[in-house]
Amino acid sequence: MVTEINGKPGGTVGKADKVDRLAELSARHDSDAEGGSLLREAFGRLRRSPMAITGAAIIGTFVIVALLAPFVVPYDPAAQLWGREVQPNHNVFVGPRAENWFGLDHLGRDQFSRMLVGAQNSLLVGVIATLLGFSAGALLGGLAGAAVGLGGAWGRRLDTVIMRFVDMMLAIPSLLIAVSIAAILGPSLTTVMVAVGVAQIPIFARLLRGSMLAQSHADYVLAATALGVRRRRIVLGHVLPNSLGPVIVQATLTLATAIIEAAALSYLGFGNPDPATPDWGAMLADAQRFLVGAPSLAVYPAVAIIITALGFTLLGEAMRESLDPKLRK
Amino acid sequence: MPLLAVDNLSVTFTAQGKRPVRAVDGVSFSLAEGSVAGLVGESGCGKSVSSLALLGLLPRRGVRVGGTATFDGTDLLRLPPKRMREIRGSELAMIFQDPLSSLNPVVPIGRQITETLARHRRMRGSAARKRAAELLERVGIPDPAARLRDYPHQLSGGMRQRALIAMAVACAPRLLIADEPTTALDVTIQAQILDLLGELVRSEGTALLLITHDLGVVAGLCDTVTVLYAGRVIESAPRHELFAAPRHPYTVGLLDSVPRLDAEQGQPLRPVRGSVTDAIDWSDGCAFAPRCDHYTMACLTGAPELTSVGGDRDGHHHRCVHPIHPTPEPSAARAAGEGSVR
Repeated sequence: MVTEINGKPGGTVGKADKVDRLAELSARHDSDAEGGSLLREAFGRLRRSPMAITGAAIIGTFVIVALLAPFVVPYDPAAQLWGREVQPNHNVFVGPRAENWFGLDHLGRDQFSRMLVGAQNSLLVGVIATLLGFSAGALLGGLAGAAVGLGGAWGRRLDTVIMRFVDMMLAIPSLLIAVSIAAILGPSLTTVMVAVGVAQIPIFARLLRGSMLAQSHADYVLAATALGVRRRRIVLGHVLPNSLGPVIVQATLTLATAIIEAAALSYLGFGNPDPATPDWGAMLADAQRFLVGAPSLAVYPAVAIIITALGFTLLGEAMRESLDPKLRK
Repeated sequence: MPLLAVDNLSVTFTAQGKRPVRAVDGVSFSLAEGSVAGLVGESGCGKSVSSLALLGLLPRRGVRVGGTATFDGTDLLRLPPKRMREIRGSELAMIFQDPLSSLNPVVPIGRQITETLARHRRMRGSAARKRAAELLERVGIPDPAARLRDYPHQLSGGMRQRALIAMAVACAPRLLIADEPTTALDVTIQAQILDLLGELVRSEGTALLLITHDLGVVAGLCDTVTVLYAGRVIESAPRHELFAAPRHPYTVGLLDSVPRLDAEQGQPLRPVRGSVTDAIDWSDGCAFAPRCDHYTMACLTGAPELTSVGGDRDGHHHRCVHPIHPTPEPSAARAAGEGSVR
């Protein structure tokens, strides 16, 4: 703010103007300082970040499309309305045209309608899988972190048991875990959600525990201990809230991964087996068979997956920056 | 009968496969109700470790604590952990060096104060908030009711330290330990914080153990001073006595290394040579000998004992083979200062 004034040295600007502007600036600064909570400040920084705005715009569009899809689709995504016009075996496809913006798929269904409804499934899978991974992972990690923080031989033992279990999960490649779960439960949308979510558990668990351990060495923990605050209260009221920042950021980033992994699983055939229900990953798998004749059929879902994942990644990175206390002014 | 009598306190750090390190070695001092004792020394002399040992805040593994610390008839060093947690914050409280990192960044300061009240006084809700506002007002924070909702980073350094002091005195402790309370602050703010601490001691009758490396801070506030070097007491005396007639060359060196306004222009500051890492083991002789201008072979034959200056100079002890005699020594006389020489 000060540099702004220094940036335009005197000359044309009168002295009174300058004073007025100074007063205005300092008033603005004061209202900044009044601005309540840390989260609100982080949000303020977020709003000024072009990365966050881009990410939020993409996610916003994605969410609106997903929510409104059933009401705005021009055609039934499952109906083979133009079945006769498409002959995949003879490389006859229909590209974009006035009534079908994205053309027709290999069975003569409207590709645009399928993309819209597919967004809904992707969002559902992404959000539920992330929630599952986040809650189970944060529970395990929080329990382990709290067990260490509360101390005692039993606390450390509990921590060891939990974390070795988590290490075991981490040792298996996440896609392998996902495939195994999908194999056990049989192909369905729920399978994809569970599989993707479970694969995220160890990441959240390790992150929260590590963050809590780091915070438990902070000066304010020593200061609170020196004032006799109970350990339970220190762990839950001081250490835990300070440790959540990185976990929240990770959750946003995980949404991107979850959408990609869900697409990968349904591409591999573990998704909803009903061909009538559109799903970006399954659409990609179908399109693969006709890559030579109709490459655009693969391009639509692929680009949609990439853009959505990019949106969540941009917002996640921007949140990481705005929540980082080191960058706080 | 003093409120706190520390006798022969020792702290040894033992790490597996390493030689045990004795950070504090036979330190004794006492502190009466409503008085201020200073614990002075360079970094690494054991002053912070001593205070953490008193509050039982050192890690239990790899640390051995010996001696006694009698506080109001009970030995703090042998208190069961549960009882220790009860008297921390209510009978004893501590203020730390860096007020920003000692406050939880995501919790409003009001809640950090009421937390202590809830723990020790069972005070909750609006009563606790009211009391917290009173405490903030007491430590000189303007508009206290509004400040309760502020987060630590919204306050200035001095305000933060005031808030920390408010937290510490919330339950009217009988002993307050302040570990370098002014080191992280501007000089002008330092003076305000010291005034506040002094005023709290006088009005509430709290005893204050002030840990510092700054003799200026000591001069302003302390009744008695204990100077530590390499874990041992090398000199202890009432404040005026210490400043007027320091006996140990290290104390003299510390006094000489303080910049003075009345020094002649161009006169260089005289720092104490070397650093605390030059110290030799007390079992080999005087740990300060390698940095001392006055040492002889006699200094290197076993550790010197803490001896009383004697006479009417009651309570003045030093640990030196060749103590400095006050009158003929120019540096000591200069340190006595207060216009008597110039």
